[in-house]
Amino acid sequence: MFEAILVMALGAVVLGAALGYAAVRFRVEGDPLVEKIDAILPQTQCGQCGFPGCKPYAQAIAKGEADINCCPPGGDEGIHKLADLLGREFKSLSAEHGIEKPKSVAVIDEQRCIGCTLCIQACPVDAIVGAAKQMHTVVAPQCTGCELCLPPCPVDCISMQPIGESVETWKWKYPVFKINPTQREAA
Amino acid sequence: MNAVQRLFGFHGGVKPAYNKEAATGLPIAVAPTPTLLVIPLHQSIGGIPRPLVKAGDRVLKGQRIGGADGNVSSAVHASTSGTVVAVEMRLMPHTSGLSALCVVIEPDGRDEWIPRQPFDFRSATPTQTRDYLRDTGVVGLGGAVFPSYLKLNPGKLGKLHTLVLNGAECEPFITCDDLLMRERAETIIKGTLIMREMLSAGQVLIGIEDNKPQAIAAMEVAAQAANAAAGDSSIKVVPVPTRYPAGGAKQLMRVLTGIEVPHGKRSTDYGLQCFNVGTAYAIYEAIALGQPLISRIVTVAGNVERARNYEVLLGTPMRDLVALCGPLPDTDRVIMGGPMMGLLMPNDEVPVVKAANCVLVGSRKLFPPPPPEMPCIRCGECAKVCPSDLQPFEMYWFSRAKIFGKAQEYNLFDCIECGCCAYVCPSRIPLVDYYRFAKSEIWARELENEAADVARERYEFRLLREEREKQEKAAKLAAKTAAGREKAAAALAEVEQPAVTPEQDAKKALIAAALERARVQKAQAHPENTSNLTPQQQAEVEAIEARRAEIREMAKPHLRQDD
Repeated sequence: MFEAILVMALGAVVLGAALGYAAVRFRVEGDPLVEKIDAILPQTQCGQCGFPGCKPYAQAIAKGEADINCCPPGGDEGIHKLADLLGREFKSLSAEHGIEKPKSVAVIDEQRCIGCTLCIQACPVDAIVGAAKQMHTVVAPQCTGCELCLPPCPVDCISMQPIGESVETWKWKYPVFKINPTQREAA
Repeated sequence: MNAVQRLFGFHGGVKPAYNKEAATGLPIAVAPTPTLLVIPLHQSIGGIPRPLVKAGDRVLKGQRIGGADGNVSSAVHASTSGTVVAVEMRLMPHTSGLSALCVVIEPDGRDEWIPRQPFDFRSATPTQTRDYLRDTGVVGLGGAVFPSYLKLNPGKLGKLHTLVLNGAECEPFITCDDLLMRERAETIIKGTLIMREMLSAGQVLIGIEDNKPQAIAAMEVAAQAANAAAGDSSIKVVPVPTRYPAGGAKQLMRVLTGIEVPHGKRSTDYGLQCFNVGTAYAIYEAIALGQPLISRIVTVAGNVERARNYEVLLGTPMRDLVALCGPLPDTDRVIMGGPMMGLLMPNDEVPVVKAANCVLVGSRKLFPPPPPEMPCIRCGECAKVCPSDLQPFEMYWFSRAKIFGKAQEYNLFDCIECGCCAYVCPSRIPLVDYYRFAKSEIWARELENEAADVARERYEFRLLREEREKQEKAAKLAAKTAAGREKAAAALAEVEQPAVTPEQDAKKALIAAALERARVQKAQAHPENTSNLTPQQQAEVEAIEARRAEIREMAKPHLRQDD
């Protein structure tokens, strides 16, 4: 009986030591779930979800403080991906956070810009270049289309322009058509 | 013919109706210069060339009008001499019907060349030769338009054992390579020798489908002549069985050498490289004659009275070309390429580009609309004919369901879009359309992810920068306050300290004593010039002194203010 207790205690000590070592040796830095959620979010950094950036929103989702349908730039597809990742039910985009818009970039009307630098300070990805009393301009490939530069502009010289399709970015259409009866008659 | 070359096979393939006879009856004709040339800047895979001319410029035939941009890009040239009318967006020969930047040239009819000099590639470094070929705009003319200078690199091994020349031309209706080989075999061989030297390749295998006996005979004669001149038998013309798509680069290499280039590897890793016969011809023209790529052989076939091959200046509208061949009245479409892999053009005004090996004129009768798509019955016919050994039905299901990750797992990107699977599908499913859809969606997502990664990085850097700036500001402020405090403390010390220390006391006493001495001396001293004065002088001095005192009195308030 005493031996049995000793054996069990020894086992507990050995396993405990192994687990303790593993906890130190294979420690995971950061929250892997937050990273995974952050990878799905579009990184627009627009704050439409009510959080100051995509990472804070990802952290809030991981903690269960925010819903998965608060990201308009991610759209329905983003919500589907989040639902798959988190094993939750799909919800349509929450209307209070905005609507899904076509991808756009900010364009500064350089004739009207007074060089106040307010938009430069507002841009979350430092995609606007310029200096005080000098004309500003948006570096289009780096603009995420977050619209955060629009409200601070005192002369309303920034507009959002949808990115047009070019031969390089054109996509083949989904080839599932509805059968059109008039087509058959014509044939 | 030399000793019988052992042939290998490739998996699958189909035998569609070839329809090649119509356009092979007549020799290659030179298409007339059109009234307006529209030359798209983007005619190859890779970066879009920068325009080098502007509206109003006069250009010469062969002048560079678009400079290669980036690591993968190829220059574009004026096809004839004339005036640049505009550099503007024009409809592209692309299914999308979208526009891209084009140089519009009005020919002056003089066809005046730029000065042409042969390029001495033997004394140039490989980099110089590749730069030259990039700037002469030579790209793969089989249809993929991959810049040739990038392929003229022997790769890791430093040399190749086999250079494969692709004259298979397996797609129905297209006969441009056939005619080129029949008429210009010698030039093709000369170009091949240049390529072989650049690649340090051993043997040259020229694969031609056995339905082109005249081309095989012509190439055989030219190859024998070259072999005789070199005193060996390293160039071999090999007839290959006619089966679509024997002209696919990987398929032809496999048939000729038995080497199958695996997924994700380059053919040069296995000592192989493959070029189209048209590319060999273009390389000869560029290196030996100094002529950039400004024209190509184009087959005009299909729903026309007189199908024929033309040597066409790049930028010629397809409409002009089709008009030469007498299109039948029920013509309703123009396809660039063949019926299996070709792209439907938005209209017939689009220009001939480097990729246009064939302008196929279509009608409802010639290419009837496909019957409605039926459900996949999982018969597996598509997998039997796939020349890339893929499982087309799996890729179809995942593409249709938009599960792109899974489609990629089935090696969607190894699909060459040859159309064999759709050709044999008993349910008439346009399989290639699904693959093209899935591929472009995956590419778009890839780009989006890249952009998101850049945005994340920039956002995080901004947060970092803001934090750093805050700290720097705080540190600066702290330093400033510390300095201010020190100064104030020092000032305070100066005010308070004199009474305290005995040393300072002693100093003060010394000063006081000195002042006292000075005062006494001043009282005792008499200015020499004021003694022995006459009463009159005394009176004058007194008057002056009085005036001085008066002035001092008057100036007092001002002086105080100044203090």
